[in-house]
This record gives sequence, C-alpha cells and structure tokens, in this order.
Amino acid sequence: MFKTFVALAGVAAMAGTTAFAADISGAGATFPAPIYAKWAEAYKAQTGVGLNYQAIGSGGGIKQIKAKTVDFGASDKPLKPEDLSASGLYQFPTVMGGVVPVVNLPGIAPGQLKLTGPLLAAIFYGQIKSWNDANIARINPGLKLPALPITVVHRSDGSGTSFLFTSYLAMKSKAWGEKVGASDTVSWPVGLGGKGNDGVSAFVKQTQGAIGYVEYAYAKQNKATYALVQNKVGRFPQPDAPAFAAAAAGAKWAAAPGNYLLLLDQPGANAWPITGATFILVYKDQSNPAQGAQVLKFFDWAYKSGDQAAASLDYVPLPAPVKALMRKQWLTNVTAGGKPVYTPGK
Amino acid sequence: MASVTMEAAAERQAQDRQPGGEALFRALCFSAATLLLASLAGVVASLAIGGWPAFRAFGLGFLTSTEWNPVTEVYGAAGPIVGTVVTSLLSLALALPLALGVSIFLVEFCPRTVARPVAIAVELLAGIPSIVYGMWGLFVLAPWFATHVQLPLMMHLDPDSWIGHLLYGVPNGANIFTASLILAIMILPYMSAVFRELLLTIPAQVREAAYGLGATPFEAVTQVLLPYVRRGGVGVIMLGLGRALGETMAVTFIIGNSHGFPHSLFDSGSTIASTIANEFAEATSDMHTSALIALGLVLFVLTFAVLAIARLLLATQKH
Repeated sequence: MFKTFVALAGVAAMAGTTAFAADISGAGATFPAPIYAKWAEAYKAQTGVGLNYQAIGSGGGIKQIKAKTVDFGASDKPLKPEDLSASGLYQFPTVMGGVVPVVNLPGIAPGQLKLTGPLLAAIFYGQIKSWNDANIARINPGLKLPALPITVVHRSDGSGTSFLFTSYLAMKSKAWGEKVGASDTVSWPVGLGGKGNDGVSAFVKQTQGAIGYVEYAYAKQNKATYALVQNKVGRFPQPDAPAFAAAAAGAKWAAAPGNYLLLLDQPGANAWPITGATFILVYKDQSNPAQGAQVLKFFDWAYKSGDQAAASLDYVPLPAPVKALMRKQWLTNVTAGGKPVYTPGK
Repeated sequence: MASVTMEAAAERQAQDRQPGGEALFRALCFSAATLLLASLAGVVASLAIGGWPAFRAFGLGFLTSTEWNPVTEVYGAAGPIVGTVVTSLLSLALALPLALGVSIFLVEFCPRTVARPVAIAVELLAGIPSIVYGMWGLFVLAPWFATHVQLPLMMHLDPDSWIGHLLYGVPNGANIFTASLILAIMILPYMSAVFRELLLTIPAQVREAAYGLGATPFEAVTQVLLPYVRRGGVGVIMLGLGRALGETMAVTFIIGNSHGFPHSLFDSGSTIASTIANEFAEATSDMHTSALIALGLVLFVLTFAVLAIARLLLATQKH
C-alpha cells in the first residue's frame, strides 16, 4: 500500500516537472495579449507546452526581460538598436495593428472626415481650435463641418498606441517633434486623458466635437466614427487589414538594424499611415538554450498556423517574406555557445 | 532576596490565573507592533531611495514645478499635488455634512425597523470596489453632469467673471469636481458608519439629561451629542480624508488626467495616485520611474502629515 503510494507520488511528480519545465513565460505589452493567449491555447493543445503571459505593459515587459525573470519580453515600442546591443537583446515583430483617429461630430459618418498628418498635429497641438477651420474645410469639400470647438482626447496611461501616434505626429510636424516629442507618455499640450482605449472612446463619445485616437481593432469592434488620414502618396485609404498589410509590405525590414522599424507613413498606394508592429524581446546569448528554443518554436508555430486566429481578433499577420526573414535572423541572432538554439522545420 | 520575592510573586500569579501563554502572548503582540513599524520604515526607505535620483535632479523644483514631460525628462509634481489636495478637501466638504446627517438621522430620529436596513445599505456602499465607482462615474455621472450642469452653467455665466473662470472647462464631465463627487460618495459610508457607532456610544443618561432640561432635538444634537463625540469625530474626518488622498482607480477614470496645474473647478487634472497608476507600468527610463516613486513618497508624507495634524488636534482638544 505504502509502496504504491510512493510510486504514484513519484510518477505524479515526474509528470509535473516535465510539464512545468517546458512551459514558456513572457510578460509585457497589453495590446497583443489577447492573440498571445489564443495562440497559447491552441499551441498547448497541440504540443502540451503552455505559455504564461502576463500583460503588464510594454515598459514592464522590457524591465522583466532585462531582469531575466521571464523567457521573453513583449513591447509595442521597439527598442533602439543601441539599447538592444547594450543589454544583449534581440527583437522581432509578431503581429501588426493600426491607430485610427476617432471623432464625435454630429452628421458625420465613419470614414467621411479626411485629415492629414500636419492637420492632426496642429489639432493635437491646440493650434486648430474649431472644426469649421478653413484648413480642415479645404481638404473636405462638400462635407458640412459644424462650428464646434475641438476637444482633444488622448491616452492618460503610458501606451504603445500613444507612442505610435506621437511618433507619427513628430514625423509630420516639425513643431510637434521639437516641442512635444514622441513617447508612450508625453506632455500633451491640450486636452484630457482617458484611461485605456475604453477611456478615450468614452470621452470622445460623450463630448461633441471631440477627437481622439484608438487601436483599430477597438474602433472596429465598437463601431466608432473614425477619420481617414492621408498617406505618403496622397491617398486616403480605409483603415483595415489590407491597408495595414500594405504598410508592412512596403517596409524594408532587412535594412532596419535591430528590426527597429516603425511602419509610419510607408509608401504604397493603400498603406495606412499609422501602422505598427508589436515586438518580442529575447536574449541573443541564451543561458538556457532549451527554454530559448521553446520560445522561438512557439513563435515559429504562430507564424505558420496563427494567422487565422490573429485575423479573427482583428490583428494583422506579418507578410510571408517578413516571417521568412525573421526565421533566418533567429539562426544567427539567438544563440547559445555560438550555436543557434532554433532549428528550422522542427 | 529581591529575586526570591519576585519569584514568589510570579508563582502566586501563576496559581491565581491560568498558567502559561502570558509571555508568548506578550512576545507575539510586541513582534506584531515592531513588524508594523519596520515595514512602515521599509516603505519610507525604499521610496526615498527610489525617488532620490528625481529629488537630486530637480531639488525643491520637483514640488513647485508644473511641468511633467517624460520626453524631455523634466518632472515637477505641483499639478498632481494640488489635484490631490483639492479633490480630497472638496470631497470631504461634500461628504461630511451628508455623513453627519445620515448618522444623526439613523441614531436619533429613524424608527428602529427602518434604521437597520438603511445602516446596512450605507455600509454596503463601502464594499463596492473603487473601479466600479470609476466606471459608474465615467459612463453615467460624467455625461449626466456635462449635459445637465456643466453646459447650462457655461452658457449662462459670463466667461470673464471669476465664477465663470472657476466653472470653465471641457463640457464632458471629466474634471476635478466630478472626481471629488465620486470620492465623496466613496468616503461617505466609512464616515457615516463610524459616526453612527460614535453616536451609539453616548450613554442614554446624557441624551435623557439633555431632553430633561428641555432641549429641542436640534439643541440636543448640536449642543450635547455632537460635542460629546467631538474627539472621535476628528478621527472620522481624518479617516475619510486619508482614504480620499490615496484613492486611485475611481479618480483615474473620471478626473480627465491632464498633467499640469488645474485652472478651474471644472478643469481636468490629475492626482498623485492617478499619475502613478497611469504611468508606472510603461515607465521605461530610470528618471521617469524615479519621479513616480518620488511622487509616492510625497503622497506618503502628505498622508502622514494629515494624520499627524489629526493627532495634534485630538491632543489639544479638551473633553
């Protein structure tokens, strides 16, 4: 009796350790958390390897991977190449999303209002104060703009969405770049802050004449009144998955050191101008090759079989050439004792 | 000789009462007290160490500057500090009369059968998580406030008069005043529950004496009963104020979260707690993190000062 109990306990313990040892841990950005969770579920069903992902924010993800408490960090804001090499990290993109301006203007339907980068910057800087301003009217012929004061709504919490949006404004307006800058949290010249996409969208819905910006997926699911933004070639594409994919297609990943690439204002007739990828951070030199291999295996699987799940949650998968490039990078960039930890096709 | 008598006394004590356990009990209580002090000191020390780079970089300017710019790494806490103090005091001013009214009504005038359910309902308010108040504030109170209070006021008041300035703001209900309103609702149950308990501790003879001398209910309450619980009352106020100072989630949802100095009652602003909650998770630069921790220390000192003032008030009160 006692012997069988010991044997059973031993088997249980062994099963327990094998299951736990293979699990991957990650922490960081909240934006991709839903798709990582969905991928993890399907991956666990197939391979038995679980993923423990904590959505603590991009900043938290960077801190956690630097402290080596997780197998990978996740961030919506790519680290600069010098920052990567200083901490011995390597980063690669997983999925993309877009940022869209949302407005509350009586009589104006989603996709009717057209804006340009410099106009957005002037509005968020507080220079353009009213919706019937001549500068807005000029590019919106035939649209009856109300004589409402503009209320600017931005994110109050630090966010990758804010980083993308302010980076775009800084790119399009010299004054914005010099006086406000681009970051997850900036010192907003005007307006009020809502917490999260929900907070921004609630304030915009409650205030006539308000303008804010949210994740595309959020705007779509909530049927928000979005505005169009002029892209590099002068067109006003609809913000949707093909427009984000178009932005990624024109991007030159191979020429971006450390994969530091913002998909802002990319060439391409249908490219949405405010697009961004979300990133995974791992150590270049893996102290635990088995765990490092598990992380890459997981994202290899996600590249291969995760596109449909991503699309169903309104994320945009990376184009195939970008995925192929990343797989190639893994061989030389993520190593243990000089040998790659990832073996392709396994 | 002396030790012998002490031993004898101890033996006698042991015979008189239940033996054993006394020393252990005392040690447990002592260690609980020291542990508390030690963790308090640990909190202060870690906040001071974490916030030191910010204090060193900005000096006293950290407390007086209104610029909070994570891009240029210039941090000043005057906006959140003023926001914290204003919302806390305003919420106290709103909640105190209500709490007094509720508890006096429940204890003095309300029929016993009604008093209990009402008292329980008030206490239930205290059990609602703050995030629920925040969401209610954001989705229900703010829009209602904007259309029924803020817009009419802004349209009928001269924007150049001082009252027009005071009530100027974005008409969407997310401002210092609505944040204070939410805070007032949140601290009300604590204050009225403790006030009620205080009023219940007044001996029946005191009440009877007051009415026996011919006092009206108003006179009895204001001149006998309230003065009787004055010391405890100060404690209640400080309890409410302490909670209002540190409240985070509800305020973050409704205050509008704009950095810098609030210019009017209906202007959006920020508090220390809301700023930390908003930015801590995404703060990547060391100075940003340090500035947020320094804000934490400021809040700690502010709360500590409030409680110290409360102790002083209590000490100088004559019963």
